Amino acid sequence: MAGENTFVINGNELAFEPGETILDVARRNDIDIPTLCHLKSAMPTGICRMCVVEVEGATQLLASCATPAAAGMVVQTESSAVVEARKMIIRLMLSSGNHNCAVRGHAGDDWTSFQLQVMQADGADELCPVWGDCRLQDLAYRYQVSSEPELETPVPYPMETVNPFIVRDFSRCILCGRCVQACNDVQVNEAIEFGYRSAATKIVTGPEDRPLKNSDCVFCGECVQVCPVGALVLKNVRYEARPWETEKVRTTCTYCGVGCQMWLHVKENRIEQVTGVEESAPNHGSLCVKGRFGYDFVGDENRLTAPLIKEGGTFREATWEEALDLVAKKLGQVKNDHGGDAIGMLTSARITNEENYVANKFARAVLKTNNIDHCARL
Amino acid sequence: MTNTIADIGDAEVILVTGSNTTENHPVLSSFVKRAVKFKGAKLIVVDPRRIKMTEFANLWIRPRLGTDVAWINGLMNVILHENLHDEDFIEKRTEEFGTLRKVVEKYTPEHVEEITGIPAESLKEAARTFAAAKKGSILYCMGITQHTTGTDNVKSLANLSMLCGFLGMEGGGVNPLRGQNNVQGACDMGGLPNVFPAYLPVIDKAVSARFVEAWGVTSLSTKPGLTVTKMFPAAHDGTLKAMYIIGENPMVSDADLNHVEECLKHLDFLVVQDIFLTETAQMADVVLPSRCFAEKEGTFTNSERRVQRVRKAVEPPGQAHYDWEILCDVANRMGYPMSYADSEAVFEEIRKVTPSYAGITYERIEGEGIHWPCPNEEHPGTPILHREMFTRGKGLFHAIEYVAPAEQVDEDYPLYLTTGRVLYHYHTGTMTMKSEGLNEIAPEGFVEIADEDAQRLGIADGDTVSVASRRGKVTARAQISEKAVSGTVFMPFHYAQAAANKLTNAALDPVCGIPEFKVCAVKLEKRAA
Ligand code: SF4
Ligand code: SF4
Ligand code: SF4
Ligand code: FES
Repeated sequence: MAGENTFVINGNELAFEPGETILDVARRNDIDIPTLCHLKSAMPTGICRMCVVEVEGATQLLASCATPAAAGMVVQTESSAVVEARKMIIRLMLSSGNHNCAVRGHAGDDWTSFQLQVMQADGADELCPVWGDCRLQDLAYRYQVSSEPELETPVPYPMETVNPFIVRDFSRCILCGRCVQACNDVQVNEAIEFGYRSAATKIVTGPEDRPLKNSDCVFCGECVQVCPVGALVLKNVRYEARPWETEKVRTTCTYCGVGCQMWLHVKENRIEQVTGVEESAPNHGSLCVKGRFGYDFVGDENRLTAPLIKEGGTFREATWEEALDLVAKKLGQVKNDHGGDAIGMLTSARITNEENYVANKFARAVLKTNNIDHCARL
Repeated sequence: MTNTIADIGDAEVILVTGSNTTENHPVLSSFVKRAVKFKGAKLIVVDPRRIKMTEFANLWIRPRLGTDVAWINGLMNVILHENLHDEDFIEKRTEEFGTLRKVVEKYTPEHVEEITGIPAESLKEAARTFAAAKKGSILYCMGITQHTTGTDNVKSLANLSMLCGFLGMEGGGVNPLRGQNNVQGACDMGGLPNVFPAYLPVIDKAVSARFVEAWGVTSLSTKPGLTVTKMFPAAHDGTLKAMYIIGENPMVSDADLNHVEECLKHLDFLVVQDIFLTETAQMADVVLPSRCFAEKEGTFTNSERRVQRVRKAVEPPGQAHYDWEILCDVANRMGYPMSYADSEAVFEEIRKVTPSYAGITYERIEGEGIHWPCPNEEHPGTPILHREMFTRGKGLFHAIEYVAPAEQVDEDYPLYLTTGRVLYHYHTGTMTMKSEGLNEIAPEGFVEIADEDAQRLGIADGDTVSVASRRGKVTARAQISEKAVSGTVFMPFHYAQAAANKLTNAALDPVCGIPEFKVCAVKLEKRAA
């Protein structure tokens, strides 16, 4: 029953909405087409060609992320031509720069000297910092590809580490352009673009190729979140925490009223990293510099850990019993002697609804006053 | 916000005023920038500073500080004059249009130019651009509310939106952006002196009776309480004897800081509950340690009224407790039994007394938050307010006259100072200043000044200058910037060392008690090195 808006993928007849790409329809139907450069919220660029498929009647393989579905199309997503093309792309990418994960295909001495040289560049004695969390590595396993010595290209540009948040490791950049789209089309900070072109291509901050910290970059970290490989990494996470060591907890940002949804990545009771939740409103994965990098206060050594009572102008630590008794006694006294309206309560725009509710109940039902407000208008 | 954040993407025209959106609501600002860049929405920015948003704007209009009512009336004057208003909407859904029309008549573009400094032609262009669209969204923030005329400013923006029929539709609305993560929730939950949860008035006897029953007490006060800005003077004159402050640092955030410190000293008893020993906590008699957001289960409500989950990721340090737990412990000792099994139990009680939250459960918001009002568990929530009608039935136009800001520049204090935030820090900095990276990028307070003013005063970029107002004096590094426009300087208020709020004016908006942070008169002097 070849309908008007249907076409065939791997022998299955599927319906599509006008405007949908082959990739959109495949994903909706749980057909896995691998992608690298495709960024859901931006216009497809078709740069990496990892998503190619075979379309009957077409003279060449087509990038499924950029090809609209059309009635009557017959598509193969894993034909031998497709698999060969993908393998070649992966091989080329793996052979460029410092991809020193286990999929690097080298024998004996060759591997050792390569590894030593990369470890020196990385300033670390481990494998790639995103080992186990890399799209390219995943694809290399999936298609059983390793690099080829004769395809190797040297590392073109040195690593940039001169800002507090982001390490730009050009030795692992596969020039997929996702970061450029994240910065220009999603966050619209317009800080980075493709520069130099052809064999010298590099992601730059502008014609002058300044470091991020002297550019329009506002360190939202969107580019790091979308980088499929280890070319953009968070400085404080690099070699500190591996994904399998951390547990992810979803929560809401504590800063502004946008209320971004975020994952806190926790290792040994410490927040190691924050990432945006991609599948949920309001932010769909985006965060700003405060949300992404402003969490050190949680584990700060100056956090209050015990109740304090002031005596003779200085604080001493007290037990909860003692402190609570004192507060209840003092507030009770003022309430008895002068009435509840002699007490004022400031609740907070930073604490939860539950806590604000209890504060409101406490002021009104316990202290017997409506003197309750918060500083949010300030 | 009457509309959602995503809804900004549907607007044909977006008016942003008093909001340095890219720095204060960065992720929301991307929605605006994307609408402009990819969907052809027109952007009008009305702001005294050349903020980043102006680079994306089709039109940037620069009013003198504190003249908002005048330019908004001016826009409406042009719209009416050129018959660009939405007659149908006005007829069916609003009241008091006649009174508005009468007042607005006086605000001709030429008259408005005199008050605001906005060229008459720009005003006309802005009015046409705004009213010609089918859907227009207005976004505003503290730059509109932190004035002695803050309430008037907000009402004026609502007038403008109603005049064009932009309320209750996708891509429209009047959208205040909340500065702090849970301002919306704090207000929803009755953290205000005149209302219970869900904005039920304390003076309403029937409402009060309901809470008397729900909370098992014999009576509740029906007298509205003091706003924060009235509490400090009351402490000063001795009518307020004790204060209980949770998670706030008015010692840095309040207008006229010198005065706040004096007031707190007058108290017989001060208890502060916080995660750090803040400037305010240092003045307390008792300090109680609480958990921070990453150590809590609960909910926050964002600017678009979306109730979202907060989850515990790490253990609290030492003996820090939940804020609600501490309050229950004190209540029990004061003879009012109060206890909850967990945060969800508190939320279940909230649902019972807060009609707008009644249909929201932890389970329902597990994946994605829900916008209140949500009256029952079958209700999907309300992304857009005022769809069919306004809360009061018809939308009321408020005819409002322009009143000059409380403080004007003069010979002694010839420059206007306005205050605000920078991208890398938040509020009084108690949290962000614990991140080395954020400090490295934004290490210290500064005063931003236009090149022209700097040259006249012999100030070079990076010079240490003193900034003085009638209330106090601070020193800060001068930052000559293209953002500043001659005659007005800007200071962020995050930094205790260069506390901008030692300079600001505590003159209050008569209705909502917001101090005039955004306008005061200062003088600048270069300090000998
Ligand atoms: S951190 Fe944000 S602003 Fe900076 S380059 Fe990356 S995406 Fe652009
Ligand atoms: S830095 Fe990452 S995201 Fe950007 S082009 Fe290179 S590999 Fe792609
Ligand atoms: S991540 Fe940034 S924009 Fe999002 S809620 Fe937090 S502070 Fe606001
Ligand atoms: S994912 Fe389609 S071309 Fe890269």
